[in-house]
Amino acid sequence: MTATTDSPVVTPDASRRGARRRRWWLEVGWKYPLAAVVVFYAAFPLAYVLSASLSPSGTLTGSTQLFREISAQNFSALGDTRFWQWAGNSLVIALSVVVGAVLMGAAAAYAFSRFRFTGRRVSLTSLLVVQMFPQMLAFIAIFLLLLTLGEVVPALGLNSKLALICVYLGGALGSNTFLMYGFFNTVPRELDEAAKIDGATHAQTYWTIILRLVTPILATVALLTFVATFGDFILARVVLTSEQNWTLAVGMYGWVSDQLNANWGLFAAGAVIAALPILALFLFLQKYIVGGLTSGSVKG
Amino acid sequence: MSTDTTPPPVRESHARTWEGTGWGFAAKLVLMAAVNALGIYVAWSAWTVDQWGVLVGSLALVVVADVVYFSRRRLAGKYIYPGLVFLLVFQVFTMAYTVYVATTNYGTGHNSTQEQAVDALLIQNERPVEDAPTYPLTIVRSGEDVGFAVVDESGQVLVGTAAEPMEAAAGATTDGDRVTGVPGYDVVDLGTLLADPALQEEVLALRVPASQDADDGSYRTREGTRATVYSSSLDWDPDAQTMTDSTTGTVYSADGETGQFVAADGSTLTVGWRVGVGLENFTTAFTNPNYAGPFWKITAWTFAFAFLTVASSFLLGLAIALLFDDKRLRGRRVMRTLFILPYAFPAFLSALLWQGMLNANPDYGIVNSLFFFGARIEWLTDPWLAKLAILGVNLWLTFPYFFLVCTGAMQSLPNELEEAARIDGASRWRHFRAIQLPLLLISTTPLLIASFAFNFNNFVIVYMLTGGGPRFTDTSAPLGHTDILITMIYQISGVQGGSADYGLASALSIIVFLVVGAVSAFAFRRTRKLEEVL
Repeated sequence: MTATTDSPVVTPDASRRGARRRRWWLEVGWKYPLAAVVVFYAAFPLAYVLSASLSPSGTLTGSTQLFREISAQNFSALGDTRFWQWAGNSLVIALSVVVGAVLMGAAAAYAFSRFRFTGRRVSLTSLLVVQMFPQMLAFIAIFLLLLTLGEVVPALGLNSKLALICVYLGGALGSNTFLMYGFFNTVPRELDEAAKIDGATHAQTYWTIILRLVTPILATVALLTFVATFGDFILARVVLTSEQNWTLAVGMYGWVSDQLNANWGLFAAGAVIAALPILALFLFLQKYIVGGLTSGSVKG
Repeated sequence: MSTDTTPPPVRESHARTWEGTGWGFAAKLVLMAAVNALGIYVAWSAWTVDQWGVLVGSLALVVVADVVYFSRRRLAGKYIYPGLVFLLVFQVFTMAYTVYVATTNYGTGHNSTQEQAVDALLIQNERPVEDAPTYPLTIVRSGEDVGFAVVDESGQVLVGTAAEPMEAAAGATTDGDRVTGVPGYDVVDLGTLLADPALQEEVLALRVPASQDADDGSYRTREGTRATVYSSSLDWDPDAQTMTDSTTGTVYSADGETGQFVAADGSTLTVGWRVGVGLENFTTAFTNPNYAGPFWKITAWTFAFAFLTVASSFLLGLAIALLFDDKRLRGRRVMRTLFILPYAFPAFLSALLWQGMLNANPDYGIVNSLFFFGARIEWLTDPWLAKLAILGVNLWLTFPYFFLVCTGAMQSLPNELEEAARIDGASRWRHFRAIQLPLLLISTTPLLIASFAFNFNNFVIVYMLTGGGPRFTDTSAPLGHTDILITMIYQISGVQGGSADYGLASALSIIVFLVVGAVSAFAFRRTRKLEEVL
């Protein structure tokens, strides 16, 4: 970092250069050390878990020196556990929910944004109300509902991944429609009208024009849905009863809560593997997230 | 549900008729056929197991789907329907069902109807009939059904299953004292039985009625080679609605108010049935000494937790966003990426990670040993420190979100405002206070409200960091100082085993919903006013 400011005038005058430097420190420079502090605060726990995952001693409690020893022992030990099975379950469930939620949410948002039908305002308001009742609060009713459904169709009963996916999709409309609705409204209606004049059907307009223009909000919703589903504990815990059906959140909670110190090395390795893809996605898509969150949120 | 005012499309949709390469029509037909088949399959299986609610529900959904998708109008319906089905079944229905359960005593000991409770009681209280002979037993199968075959005192072979009482079997063969073959059944030999744990369980649970009359008792076995006649020590009198214990003579009469069999001395039988209890569950939370004290403390802490989390992380996020939204700074993109790391790390992993870093045993824990010079700070076991820990960890988790949001919102503010303020001679602080903050608040308030509602029910952070602990010492309920309402509901619901009280837990769910709804509605109203003022 050199101490040049925006005006690149070269003046040999040392006192003026010193004053400029002082001003730079006062207005800009001090923010670099501060940034270092914030970065340390934000990143230390993550560096720590990475270090613990590489440490062969396998405890998160003993060593205070990061990255003193490095081995892949913990990572290979994951193969002896059900970790990969849980990771597979989490992925299958989260990806199915993402696809379903984005398709259903976008379709509903399109309908609310483009069609004027009776009951539109009422439906929008009821969605807003329903959305305030998180599914998590109804976990008992969901548990009892799946008990009953399981008697009729075993594939939709307790301990079924399909049932859990359906439960998550139940929340898809409430939480996403508004985010998308706001964004759909920003796409000019003239485009639809032009397409209609050119002879496109409503389905063609939707699939080939609108969906391409709202890709940023689709990406935002997909990512947020993925993260929310991937990280859900309470519904997954209530619905999935047998160990081979668990998701990562349920399974890894078990590692930590059962034997406090025994499985920290494994936990750390698992945490690194589970978090890296999401971390990468987030960092890659962050500008869409900012745009999506602020432009899509319904104001008032 | 829709009458569109939009003019009809200029051309027919591809999904309506087969024209040219119109695969849309074929795809639609295939999809609708699948939907109909699925709906009818569900309805049919519901019929076979007497689940009328599911039957009606699935038929209604299929009919509406056909109407919506084969009608020329109802365009909006075509787009909304799929999501609406899931919403109706898994959110709206469960909300309504939560309300229903909240007015019943549904839970451990009150799981089903009175009829089923009677059956369960009769079975549970079965004892071997005194001096009853034991019979050599052979396990037989007929398709999926497992049955018993015995040779009685007179040398006659009796066969029966759970559904069919014992009957003399014609044409059965024996090797003297044990059955070796029964027409219509396959004999399961002992080796097969011992090798199959699932079958063993089934056999041990099997009761074959001795005759059509329930008072004759039933055949049961303890080890799979001998059967004895068991009979219930309780007698059910459906007319008087009483249960009589034949060993002690105590008479228990059905109490429709509490859904239990109660004796004159006040003792009750273990299995009851589900009855409506009105609003009792709603008052239990306030009046039952086990719940009342913790309930108020937990409610206060839930509000404090949600409010402080939102306030602290918004302020920190805003401050960082303000400080680093400076065009003269280099590497802003890199900084931003590093700042949002905690937000991108899955929350459940963060909570578990911090649980290890703070550690329930204060002798360990990296936070103590690295930042507090090895001091023994009981982050997770002291009531106040545990609360502080939860707030601290949640601040770490949430500030990047508000940093992102505030950065985004600030970048969308017009630059001219700042120039105008500067020309008018406003100080930086004045500019921030009077212009930037009010404008920022308009776009961020909905997110602040959403964040409050989310944190009000932030199950993961509490459950995974402290598990609600440290436990309250003045109650027997499994609740603790850092429990928030949603974890309290989870603990007393008993869905994870232990004693369950679905009724009380559902009532609490509704209270939480009302609170969150009221706070959100109030806050949204205020925002709208704010917007009008500006």
